[in-house]
Amino acid sequence: MAGPVQSIERAAAILRLLAGGPRRLGLGEVAASLGLAKGTAHGILRTLQHVDFVEQDAATGKYQLGAALLHLGTSYLDVNELRSRSINWADALAGRSGEAVRLGTPLEGRVLIIHHVFRPDDTLQTLDVGSLLPLHASSLGKVLLAFGTATVESALEVGLEAYTRHTLVVREDLNPALAEIREQGWAAEVQEMSMGDAGIAAPIRGHGGLVVGAIGVSGPVERICDSKGRPQPALITLLREAARAISRNLGAARW
Amino acid sequence: MVERYVMSIDQGTTSTRCILFDHRGRLAAVAQREHQQHFPRPGWVEHDAVEIWRNLGRVVPEALAGVGVGRDEITAMGIANQRETAVLWDRRTGMPLGKAIVWQDTRTAALVDDLRNHPGDDFFLERCCLPPSTYFSAPRIRWLFDHVEGLERRARDGEVLFGTIETWLIWNLTGGTAGGLHITDVTNASRTMLMNIRTLDWDEALLEFFGVPRVMLPEIRPSSQRYGEARSVLPGVPITAALGDQQAALFGQTCFAPGEAKCTYGTGSFLLQNTGTDVVRSRNGLLTTVAYKIADQPAAYALEGPIAVTGSLVQWFRDRLGLISSAPEIETLARTVEDNGGCYIVPAFSGLFAPHWRSDARGVIVGLTSYITKGHLARAVLEATGWQTREVVDAMNADSSLALKELKVDGGMTSDNLLMQFLADVLDVPVVRPLVAETVSLGAAYAAGLAAGYWPDLEVLRRNWHRAAQWLPDMDPAQRESEYDNWQRAVERSLGWIKPPNRP
Repeated sequence: MAGPVQSIERAAAILRLLAGGPRRLGLGEVAASLGLAKGTAHGILRTLQHVDFVEQDAATGKYQLGAALLHLGTSYLDVNELRSRSINWADALAGRSGEAVRLGTPLEGRVLIIHHVFRPDDTLQTLDVGSLLPLHASSLGKVLLAFGTATVESALEVGLEAYTRHTLVVREDLNPALAEIREQGWAAEVQEMSMGDAGIAAPIRGHGGLVVGAIGVSGPVERICDSKGRPQPALITLLREAARAISRNLGAARW
Repeated sequence: MVERYVMSIDQGTTSTRCILFDHRGRLAAVAQREHQQHFPRPGWVEHDAVEIWRNLGRVVPEALAGVGVGRDEITAMGIANQRETAVLWDRRTGMPLGKAIVWQDTRTAALVDDLRNHPGDDFFLERCCLPPSTYFSAPRIRWLFDHVEGLERRARDGEVLFGTIETWLIWNLTGGTAGGLHITDVTNASRTMLMNIRTLDWDEALLEFFGVPRVMLPEIRPSSQRYGEARSVLPGVPITAALGDQQAALFGQTCFAPGEAKCTYGTGSFLLQNTGTDVVRSRNGLLTTVAYKIADQPAAYALEGPIAVTGSLVQWFRDRLGLISSAPEIETLARTVEDNGGCYIVPAFSGLFAPHWRSDARGVIVGLTSYITKGHLARAVLEATGWQTREVVDAMNADSSLALKELKVDGGMTSDNLLMQFLADVLDVPVVRPLVAETVSLGAAYAAGLAAGYWPDLEVLRRNWHRAAQWLPDMDPAQRESEYDNWQRAVERSLGWIKPPNRP
């Protein structure tokens, strides 16, 4: 077990210092109060400013607590609200893709299905809402892992079970896969949970771009993928459009 | 080829929405604005008709921008609207004469009590198939005549126009004071208590009884027909449909065959069953209403069970009690407990509608003990919607030869999984949600698209319907019966709370 991280301890001390007094503090005051070198204090303040925990007054250059800190506890998005805000776009995605649509959020090292739209062919299907999927072997889960909504550690605690011979079961395989998902903006799962099935998923972002959940389409591998076993580009486009529409609805301006 | 769309306006109780649909009935863009609810006195509910008109002017361009199209890509426009809400305005200035009186408003209660005694329900049932209720428009016109100095005389002189909301919007869209069309559709007219349900024209005996001059009333048109072109907001686009929101939802759910039924869960909830070209008179507290009329085809009728308070109970829980910060959180809170803990809420905020029709009822919360938490209250809020639906389904099964085998649902509350499962449990039939939950808007679009030739016939629309979710009953029958018994005892406790006023 590693010891405490010094820079985080120092950052916490700076936040406490700014929260303690009624007025803004200059860099020199912060450094002197905590016995830090000016360069060290400046680096930490700039990082805190980058994540909106600290604001710098444009005129005086002095520092105060940022607005994001005040909303730290309320940025959490209720899963039932997420479903309610997504329902029209999830329906439209199912209508356009002709496949089943699911939304997922993390729960105790797994993916909780919070919304499910049937494949629109009027065959007998069962509602999956409330059921759990593995993080490492589902496209929804891989999105949640890749964008930090769920931690790899939580998935490891549950265990990387091998569902098929395609399942990623070691961390060394999972990490580059997650990096690729971050790079391309969507995740695929091709016969990794059960043979013959595949799915793709994309992140749903809330305020500030924070990923609050994932939306995905899934079905038989021959419908989701092309003859080379790669997800069909047209399907990916529809999926990402739906994810962006929901994200905009949730207040994620840039997506 | 450039994709074309049909535009649907859903002017609802809390908001005005504009949605664009493509050929396969899929939603392409949506824009929405809420308007203010005015509660000037207990039991009074008003809207500002000008605010609603202004909101329409905002949501239309927003929706067009959503898919990046101009008005040239819009084939036709259809309107679905909150029903029974009454607006009176000055024909020459176009300005409303006071606020619109909303369907939930109970100011006409004393008048309605008088009507039920004399001339009695039958006089009305024979003509418009509606029993006197604060719900409908005609008593509001009478109330306004009795309370606003000179209004009745001005109406007789032809200076005042009456309309439900679609009439107000179409009049403004087609030019307003400069020759706007003063029209309504059969479904909206069937909710005024002024239209004869069989002739589909204003009924002389009813007009005379309420003292409403014909000159202030709009012309009654089919629900799906080319009315004219818009001259503002979306100039040049034909307006080709208008339906009351619940009839629009029935249409959007493609309930075109007798026996097919749907329930829409919004502010209130409304279960409608298509009865074909037959006018079926209910013996169990349901309303007979016009379902739709396509161009010059015979009208289709429906039996309807309106429930006044369902979604608005959740809003009350959110806004007035402040126990949740958004409506969907009611499910989160309700799931913190296993059951209702013995607590029941009967939300008779403006009396009880179907199947009771008791304007003297008021809301009660029963079964309170120190054990009850806000989680139990949240359960009771959701269960109230389930049990109220059960009462209406029981009435419909008693009236109709066709027992309900499956309930098609739509509306905002269908995103609540706990409620949908509870519905299936208490009704003991599968509950099915279609792929497009926005069936009110879809129905108006369908009716508009039919009249404009965008869709050829009803069969094509029917093929657009797909099941998006289904909940199956999973409740022990003994528990279902005992819970229903508790609910019915709770309802008894809500009745008779309002005493008749002492009159000289």
